[in-house]
Amino acid sequence: MTRRPVFLITVMCFGFAFFYIPILSMIVYSFNESRLATVWGGFSTKWYVSLFSNRQVGAALWLSLKIALVSASIATILGAMAGITLARFRKFRGRTLFSGMVTAPLIMPEVITGISLLIFFTLLANWIGWPGQRGFTTITLAHITFSMVFVTTVVHSRMTQMDRSIEEAAMDLGSRPWQVLRDVTLPVISPALLSGWLLAFTISLDDVVISSFVTGPGATTLPLLIWSKVKLGVTPDINALATLIVALVGICVILAGWLMSRAERRRLAEQRLAYRTNG
Amino acid sequence: MSDPAPFIRIEGVSKRFGHFEAVRDVNLTIGKGEIFALLGGSGCGKTTLLRMLAGFETPTSGRIYIDGQDMADTAPWDRPVHMMFQSYAIFPHMSVEKNIAYGLKHEKLTAAQRAARVGEMLALVQLTPFAKRKPHQISGGQRQRVALARALARQPKVLLLDEPLAALDKKLREHTQFELMSIQQRTGVTFVVVTHDQEEAMTLADRIAVMDKGEVKQVGPANEIYEYPNSRFVAGFIGAISTYPGRVIRLTGDIAEIDIPAMEGTFAARSLPGLTEGQQVTVALRPEKIAISKTCPDAVNVVEGQVKDLAYFGKDSLYRVTLPGGELISVHAVNARRASESGRPADWDDRVWLSFEPASAIILTD
Amino acid sequence: MKALASWFHRRGWRELIIGIPYLWLTLFFLIPFLIVVAMSVATRTPTAPPFGYGGENPILNFEGYGRLFTETLYIRAFVTSLMNAAIATLFCLALGYPMALGLTRVSKSWRNILLMLVILPFWTSFLLRVYAWMGLMGRNSWFNSMLTDAWNFVVPQAYTLNSIPMMNTNFAVILVMVYTYLPFMILPLYANLERLDPVLDEAAMDLGSRPFQVFRDVTLPQSIPGIIAGGMLVFIPAAGELVIPSLVGNPSSPMIGRIISDEFAQVRDWPMASTVAVALLILMVGPTMLYARYQQKAESAGAEDKP
Repeated sequence: MTRRPVFLITVMCFGFAFFYIPILSMIVYSFNESRLATVWGGFSTKWYVSLFSNRQVGAALWLSLKIALVSASIATILGAMAGITLARFRKFRGRTLFSGMVTAPLIMPEVITGISLLIFFTLLANWIGWPGQRGFTTITLAHITFSMVFVTTVVHSRMTQMDRSIEEAAMDLGSRPWQVLRDVTLPVISPALLSGWLLAFTISLDDVVISSFVTGPGATTLPLLIWSKVKLGVTPDINALATLIVALVGICVILAGWLMSRAERRRLAEQRLAYRTNG
Repeated sequence: MSDPAPFIRIEGVSKRFGHFEAVRDVNLTIGKGEIFALLGGSGCGKTTLLRMLAGFETPTSGRIYIDGQDMADTAPWDRPVHMMFQSYAIFPHMSVEKNIAYGLKHEKLTAAQRAARVGEMLALVQLTPFAKRKPHQISGGQRQRVALARALARQPKVLLLDEPLAALDKKLREHTQFELMSIQQRTGVTFVVVTHDQEEAMTLADRIAVMDKGEVKQVGPANEIYEYPNSRFVAGFIGAISTYPGRVIRLTGDIAEIDIPAMEGTFAARSLPGLTEGQQVTVALRPEKIAISKTCPDAVNVVEGQVKDLAYFGKDSLYRVTLPGGELISVHAVNARRASESGRPADWDDRVWLSFEPASAIILTD
Repeated sequence: MKALASWFHRRGWRELIIGIPYLWLTLFFLIPFLIVVAMSVATRTPTAPPFGYGGENPILNFEGYGRLFTETLYIRAFVTSLMNAAIATLFCLALGYPMALGLTRVSKSWRNILLMLVILPFWTSFLLRVYAWMGLMGRNSWFNSMLTDAWNFVVPQAYTLNSIPMMNTNFAVILVMVYTYLPFMILPLYANLERLDPVLDEAAMDLGSRPFQVFRDVTLPQSIPGIIAGGMLVFIPAAGELVIPSLVGNPSSPMIGRIISDEFAQVRDWPMASTVAVALLILMVGPTMLYARYQQKAESAGAEDKP
């Protein structure tokens, strides 16, 4: 007796409209001729032109990408180590503190993370003269710290789901524990490392609050630039920028989804073939 | 065997899922107070049929009557039918007691009446000491009894049991089988059991419907289905059997003489109505209906062979004997005597004679 | 060199794997955090950096904590923050629960597409999602005009408006919070609901329950871990939110995040900023523990019932 859940479908339609109408509106208004961002004045691509000729935007984007690349890569290494530690090393001194330290930043309000790092960097500069000026280095350090715990979560959950008997098999075949880690565990969790890296990358690219605390003169990331412009109100070139970001993300997600479903289909087909040929 | 007074009537029921026909034109009547089994392999449609009785699936065509009422427009929650699910479907967030009481919420009962009913059910399935436990604190067998008590608490007219014994280990299964039968006798509720296990169906059920590819192949009591299968499918599905193609040579009275090339000879079998001379048939022989000996016996149907393989189980042995035509036949022999030093009447590679009664040979025409 | 290699093979690799992230988090998370705690009991001074201990002031200065309970600015900020966060959480639940439940009921291919649509906004900029609503809520926007027309159509002449004042209100803050945090509610709820055994629904129906009763007696009780996990995932960041209130909120009733940031940057009162931060953290301890307790349960819901 399967009936259509009418109520649920109605709410879902409303929910998805709620998700996407603001974004669609932003896209439409990015092609608006009028300087008043909320009043339609005809079709135009002039805001895209002004966006591309804006040096500031280019510089901010480049800085953001540099920070995101460096911080995501280091965060993935640190996060993987922490994830492996949580999943495989049951006993060591300070484990409770360690597991506390990888969970707390996940739920710490960003304002507090930001101000604690800012105070830390300021005092450090006072005591040992480093970091002399806040900017790329301090933002990157901050991003590594709060994005590594996300990588840790991803790696940890993947490792707890993983079949431990393959590690035991490797040990049984003569591998030392660290060789097992290198030859078996790391290859198996590599998809988790990739998604952890992507997560860290987007978190870094998206961060406003923490960056706004630990940045210094001259180091304006893209979100900080948008933030400073948006504070003054709605401007059409931000609509254009938003449209480009949404388009880029959309294309990436669709591409990734397509690649993943293709890989999955191929895997299924190969599996079927294997069953058929082996009886 | 005449059908008992019909209580459930299934008339021309079919169910299609897209292009797949899960159940095809099923007609069945099930009597009040009967234990009725739907037996078949996976995908034979037995579960779909059960779910249509419960109301979770609607027939594509045909009608289902329970106690004289058409169930077409009756929602699952309004049917006088309760189910014991294969996975038991115990509510994990409720205690044993709450699980059993759940269905009673929908009946106008005083708190005292409800408590009394729950107590009665707990006693029926011997779970009184476990009333306050949560489902994860009891064993699999106990969970099954919770599922049974929960379904019986509302005093259904029909209880549907989906693979009731499948999840139990062998020892518990036998015990539960008899317990189910005794509970059925005490409550008088009609049981419809779905199972893929022929032994389970045969011990539990008064009557069995054997299903294959969405169709009912044969309906009848266990012994009838076992001794008089009407098709190769039923013969092969219930119990072990060896089948050989043959041709009817001559019909005399109720005896048909059949030429069986695999046995290189002509053999007598009990005839079927409608059989004609020259007809191609299949002869089926059950392993336990064949006698094996090292000397040529004085019998109507005798065939010589060589022991290829044997499995010794102590009280009995299973032989695989090569027939003159090269095919194999299974023979089940009770080790009634300490026949030889090895404890077996015959050994590997021995020449043996097999014999069987004409009445034991089953002629199948499909 | 050889000694180093043998140390690595024996136990060095393990100590490095534990030690490096341990050291990093101690340096860049634990120590800064402890500094904030220590700062909260320091005294503000006109020096640089603007704080000190002792001297003419008490060594440990708890004055800041006292001010939290006496000054209206702080009390109002805390009340506003917790209220906004709580209301946003409730709306997220009201909208997110049916959506998560709906996701479990649609066909598998639809489900993947819709889940993707829930996650997709995550990957676009948070700031831009807030900004999108600024565009919609503004005085002359099509959305505002549409709502204004609807309002004017319904109410008597005397109450008609030129536009609905949405920007710079608590309403706007809550609306945008619901918008940006809704996926945090949907995803854990979906993970929870998806793990429930649909046979249990059939069992309840079989025992005489109508669909709504099935939901109330079977689905809802089993999804409480998901509700709590999702609720805390919305509530905790919403309470400390800085960006949303500063862009669409009412400047005259700031939330805590804004207070912390202002005390620090504008007033240059580091001790007071730290005090407010510590107080916020203390308030979040309860919700965090709730979250930690139920998050595991939500993801393994029903698992204990499986043999």
